[in-house]
Amino acid sequence: MITHAQLATGLALSLARAQFGFTIAFHIMFPAFSIGLASYLAVLEGCWLVTKKPMFLDAYKYWLKIFSVVFAMGVVSGLMMAYEVGANWSGYSEKVGPILGPLLAYETMTAFFLEAGFLGIMLFGLERVGPKLHFIATALVSIGTLISASWILAANSWMQTPQGYIIDAKGDFEPANWFAIIFNPSFPYREVHMVIAAYLATAFAVGAVSAWHLLHGHKNDVVRLTFSMAMWMAAIVTPIQIYAGDEQGRNTLTYQPAKVAAIEGDFNSGVQGLNLIGWPDVKAGKIDDNLAIPHIGSLILTHQWNGTIKGLNDFPRDDWPVVVVTFFAFRIMVGLGMAMFATGLLSLWLRLRKQLYTARWFLWLATAMAPAGFIAIVAGWTTTETGRQPWTVTGLLRTADSVSPISLSEVATSFVVIFLIYTLVFGAGIRYLLGMMATAPGPGEVLPPRDKPLRTGGKNVLAEQPLPAAE
Amino acid sequence: MTAFFGGPLLPVAWAGIMAFVILAYVVLDGFDLGVGILFATERDKSSRDVMVNTIAPLWDGNETWLVLGGSGLYGAFPVAYSVILPAFYPLIILMVLGLIFRGVAFEFRFRAHTEDHRALWDYAFLGGSVIAAFCQGVILGALLRGITSTDGQFSGGIFDWLAPFPLFCGLAVVIGYSTLGAAWLYWRTGGALQARMRGHAKRLGLALIVLIGIVSLWSPFLDASFFHRWFAWPGILATGLAPIAIAVLAFVYFWDLTAQTPSQRHEIPFACTLGMFTVCFLGLGYSIFPLIVPPSITIWAASSPSSSQVFLIAGTVILIPVILAYNLFAYWIFRGKVEPGAHYH
Repeated sequence: MITHAQLATGLALSLARAQFGFTIAFHIMFPAFSIGLASYLAVLEGCWLVTKKPMFLDAYKYWLKIFSVVFAMGVVSGLMMAYEVGANWSGYSEKVGPILGPLLAYETMTAFFLEAGFLGIMLFGLERVGPKLHFIATALVSIGTLISASWILAANSWMQTPQGYIIDAKGDFEPANWFAIIFNPSFPYREVHMVIAAYLATAFAVGAVSAWHLLHGHKNDVVRLTFSMAMWMAAIVTPIQIYAGDEQGRNTLTYQPAKVAAIEGDFNSGVQGLNLIGWPDVKAGKIDDNLAIPHIGSLILTHQWNGTIKGLNDFPRDDWPVVVVTFFAFRIMVGLGMAMFATGLLSLWLRLRKQLYTARWFLWLATAMAPAGFIAIVAGWTTTETGRQPWTVTGLLRTADSVSPISLSEVATSFVVIFLIYTLVFGAGIRYLLGMMATAPGPGEVLPPRDKPLRTGGKNVLAEQPLPAAE
Repeated sequence: MTAFFGGPLLPVAWAGIMAFVILAYVVLDGFDLGVGILFATERDKSSRDVMVNTIAPLWDGNETWLVLGGSGLYGAFPVAYSVILPAFYPLIILMVLGLIFRGVAFEFRFRAHTEDHRALWDYAFLGGSVIAAFCQGVILGALLRGITSTDGQFSGGIFDWLAPFPLFCGLAVVIGYSTLGAAWLYWRTGGALQARMRGHAKRLGLALIVLIGIVSLWSPFLDASFFHRWFAWPGILATGLAPIAIAVLAFVYFWDLTAQTPSQRHEIPFACTLGMFTVCFLGLGYSIFPLIVPPSITIWAASSPSSSQVFLIAGTVILIPVILAYNLFAYWIFRGKVEPGAHYH
């Protein structure tokens, strides 16, 4: 029999997990968009400096305004996460602190300060510092977003595939080899997969906004430029991403085989077919109503026709991931990836036929793909995180031992408050973003993104030397 | 070297770094939180726009010191982190929510489609700033009063911080940040707005001196060891310097602000306020060192393994000067008075 107390503890754990899932799923979309947009802005400004074509600067200014809101929402939603780990997950944060703490402090010192320090110049400084120095500021902000991603992915990957640690007398982790900790086995794969995902999500968002405006009669240079760039990304980078995902899958098979079994819906060990779809029956330990292609599961993961893969039934039940969620989240991610791949191929075909900017059905398709990259990112993270369960640090620290000794009512209260405030603040933010995207980009975009320009005593560089764009 | 890396000096070095980081946060975000609090005194849109524009390119960097404070504490003194966080759970959630509202208001108030919406985000900016400042003061006061812990785990109640001294410190920090904000705006604005800020700076400065006096007289009585340290020989030699330094800084501050023909160096009051904050902060550090969580946890007991502290300090001593350098560069780029944009149309 389960007692009331056990039930409450179990519920508190589930709520703490749900709260973390909610806040991090919400958070991740903004940094992903920031990473993608920052690099995109650096490319646009670089192209402007080299070619002097005004359309690059116009596209830059248009997306910079959107970047400023996206970045702010990423920062503030991340602030909550940092404290949530300490407050709700003290078991985890104490035991893992000596390893995680320095990584996060380095993230702050090498990435957050770089982004924050040059963001002001990027947003408000073009007239003050001149185009070249301004480009350097943009580049440094984009490098900052990538450095930040690297530290946080190193930390996350260490939780998935831990190494380089010792466990002290108290049962806490102690660092033994920092190089091994940072460059743990899954880190390079996760880094590549996530950064490309951020780029693709951004490309599809930029592509959708551009397609929408092409559909609504705004066929200026700027809109065509951003649409064309987005579709090149879709065509070239999506296949690279599929390859990177496959490599990460093979890495997972080596280090987290139970996760792979849950992803694939493989309950019995042996040569696996590829379960396109089905319903994992966790109780009975089998998959129902599955549509499977024989041998292909083994072929993809082991690159051998008759490769064998261990099924869930050969793992202790206590060590099973959250099978159903992992199984379906993975299919959502892959399904969207395939849709993105198809969009990229279609764009190539239309480009050859010179119909890229005019085929209305395709422009509607590109518009509809706006959230595809973001949903794929959330689904991908859901796959890898629920697939890591029941552990926070694979094989070493269970989720149940990671949660704080907090009461059900404390978790419930903070969840309700956070949910309401996120809905209010980020609901408003998303509304403003959509409002900005609803205005078509075009020649003569203005900066700074304020209704009143900011002019102070510094030297006005652009007033003294003509814009390179003013040919 | 090995004595340093394995020995008792490494945590002392870390305590110094953390003290610097927290002081940097307090004065830097202090003045921009103060600008938010001073929204209460300015109603019209163009003044508020100027106020926000003085800090818009800089606030994000300022707030990053808080993130470094949190992650540095976690990396170097995890025991302190894991005791302080649960002890102040509601305060920290409230502070973060205040900072969230304030942070998005920077962007949203310029994007609002209607006047009503803009007014709403102006309130969010003001309210978020006040709440964040007040919570930080309460946390400081409650930390000085002490946190109940056993074996490096928080073992007190969730509302232990709810007491007169912490609440009073909350008020003092709100006034202190407002003073910093008023002095900053006196420096960075012109015209009628600057004249009004001069008046606020005088009144707030006076209130701040009184509050510093009360907190300084009150805190030695919180704990016998503080009292002993402040008033016993030879400690009194050091503590005697603090009131003298405050008095000198306050004299220059008021002398500059009340002069019949104000000097052209409008940064003087701001520099004096920074000085007063620094003196108070040093006094505070002097009171509790080598404790990190009064009344019982020392910096040595709170430290992470030396392998963590060594790994982190190696980068920190290089990175913090670099960070300071490029932040100063950004301040220099955006130097000078901010005028209402309408002037130039």
